[in-house]
Amino acid sequence: MSADLTRLTAADLAAALTSGDVSSVEATTAHLDRIAAVDGPVHAFLHVAADEALATARAVDASRAAGQTLHPLAGVPIAVKDIVVTRGLPTTAGSRILEGWLPPYDATLVARIKAAGLPILGKTNMDEFAMGSSTEHSGYGNTHNPWDLERIPGGSGGGSAAAVAAYEAPLAIGTDTGGSIRQPAAVTGTVGVKPTYGSVSRYGLIALASSLDQAGPVTRTVLDAALLHALIAGHDPLDSTSLPDEVPDFVAAARRGATGDLSGVRIGVVRELQGDGYQSGVLARFTESLDLLREAGADIVEVSCPHFEHALAAYYLILPAEASSNLAKFDGMRFGLRVEPTSGPVTAERVMGATRGAGFGDEVKRRIILGTYALSAGYYDAYYGSAQKVRTLIQRDFTAAFTQVDVLVSPTTPTTAFRLGEKLDDPLAMYLNDVATIPVNLAGVPGMSLPAGLSDDGLPVGFQVIAPARADDRLYRVGAALEALLEQRWEGPLLSRAPELEEAR
Amino acid sequence: MSTLSRDEVARVAALARIDLTPTELDRLAGELDVIVQSVARVSEIATADVPATSHPLPLFNVFRADVPVAPLDRDEVLAQAPASQDGKFLVPQILEEDA
Repeated sequence: MSADLTRLTAADLAAALTSGDVSSVEATTAHLDRIAAVDGPVHAFLHVAADEALATARAVDASRAAGQTLHPLAGVPIAVKDIVVTRGLPTTAGSRILEGWLPPYDATLVARIKAAGLPILGKTNMDEFAMGSSTEHSGYGNTHNPWDLERIPGGSGGGSAAAVAAYEAPLAIGTDTGGSIRQPAAVTGTVGVKPTYGSVSRYGLIALASSLDQAGPVTRTVLDAALLHALIAGHDPLDSTSLPDEVPDFVAAARRGATGDLSGVRIGVVRELQGDGYQSGVLARFTESLDLLREAGADIVEVSCPHFEHALAAYYLILPAEASSNLAKFDGMRFGLRVEPTSGPVTAERVMGATRGAGFGDEVKRRIILGTYALSAGYYDAYYGSAQKVRTLIQRDFTAAFTQVDVLVSPTTPTTAFRLGEKLDDPLAMYLNDVATIPVNLAGVPGMSLPAGLSDDGLPVGFQVIAPARADDRLYRVGAALEALLEQRWEGPLLSRAPELEEAR
Repeated sequence: MSTLSRDEVARVAALARIDLTPTELDRLAGELDVIVQSVARVSEIATADVPATSHPLPLFNVFRADVPVAPLDRDEVLAQAPASQDGKFLVPQILEEDA
């Protein structure tokens, strides 16, 4: 029974908990056992909170036994990316500068998870401060892709994606600034959603680039993503950029989509997000998915977004600029590491330099210096100012495209998972992984990645769906339809084709 | 477009308050120069008639009711500081003159 519980979707596990067939303690224990058995080689978790998770599970079981009305996901375990602060649980954002830090408060999304009674299994690995596409920039060692332990799990949220792909958790939280939810989902054969900017509160996320950051669900199915998104979405007075709008019914959209009927839905294929640089196996799976969507009744047209080719350049000015400001708080004074200079006077300024020199990894140093440079006198207009104008042009591309179609689609990533170490010494090659996901963040619109099959190399391919701002429900409808049609063809979920991980005894 | 020299990287790293070893400085100068060359082309398409966008969705001032709320627990916060004393953060000398 224990092994089976980790294979259930969150929706099915929630149903089993509601009916009383399974207790939350049993479900939580099964996942903790799975973590103990496989996380050595996968290394999805930086911290496992077994005692706290089981305490939550016991409390939920007691409430249910007492006949209390519970949240539909009550008792379903979840993993949380280590960039999200959790009161009393170590939170490092993958950085040595925050090693051992115990936040004195909960992120709003964590408060919602706790209020709904989901046991938090632990904190997942990531590139340091979410800067990276492979988890190789983690200060605590990289995560491994469950499909092939020699390959990257994507990044920055490789830990959350690997945790759900390896059945260590049915649900996980990710954050996506340029693709950190969707790219890991693509390369691990899982589902990830970056909501509309402001759909989910940013209060308690350790900020990377405040105008781009957004938290969202990391799951194995589209319906599970809708259920989790519904739990964490909604207005938060603690985040001034939180949308005050009514939250669309994501779950109903996913259930409607799962019927497989997309009659009248207009789908635009982004001309600029295919072709050169995209693996042939990635394009083949993408084209097959388009055929299925067409058979489901969707109208498919090609749409041009001519400024997307400049998105990567604009992103690597805007992100470092915002990050250089956000990360100034790591000054060795109020939290985290403090390192004193080895010689000379021990002043606050010199302590700050020594602390950051010792506590930040290579990629963080690169991006802070790049951002400081882009914002410095004499360069501001040419770099940061120009990048903000490109952002306008990209938003206009989206606006024009969405007058013609309901959703846009593309491959999530140009390639499948590459080998660990392959791109570590070439920052630009690493940045190119996010070429198809970055425009979405620059415009604040929502995007989803779901599995589209296996490429020629036997590794998962991601299919990206993009909707207009505030229309996240369209992602769930189209995503659930494609998922249902693909799984009919595959006779089961794609993840069932992943090699079984060896379990430590 | 200018290139990013080793001296320029050292100057900017000092502005960013990040101590770098000579080896790090050598490597970062080379890497950052390549990155800057690549991203600099944004200025070619950003013409004067295009307005800048700083934020994905239009934002307006947001206010909350002027009602006091509980602050973070002081001792819990200070327990995570590198050093504290008498209920306050303990920090190094903040002015450069002789102590």
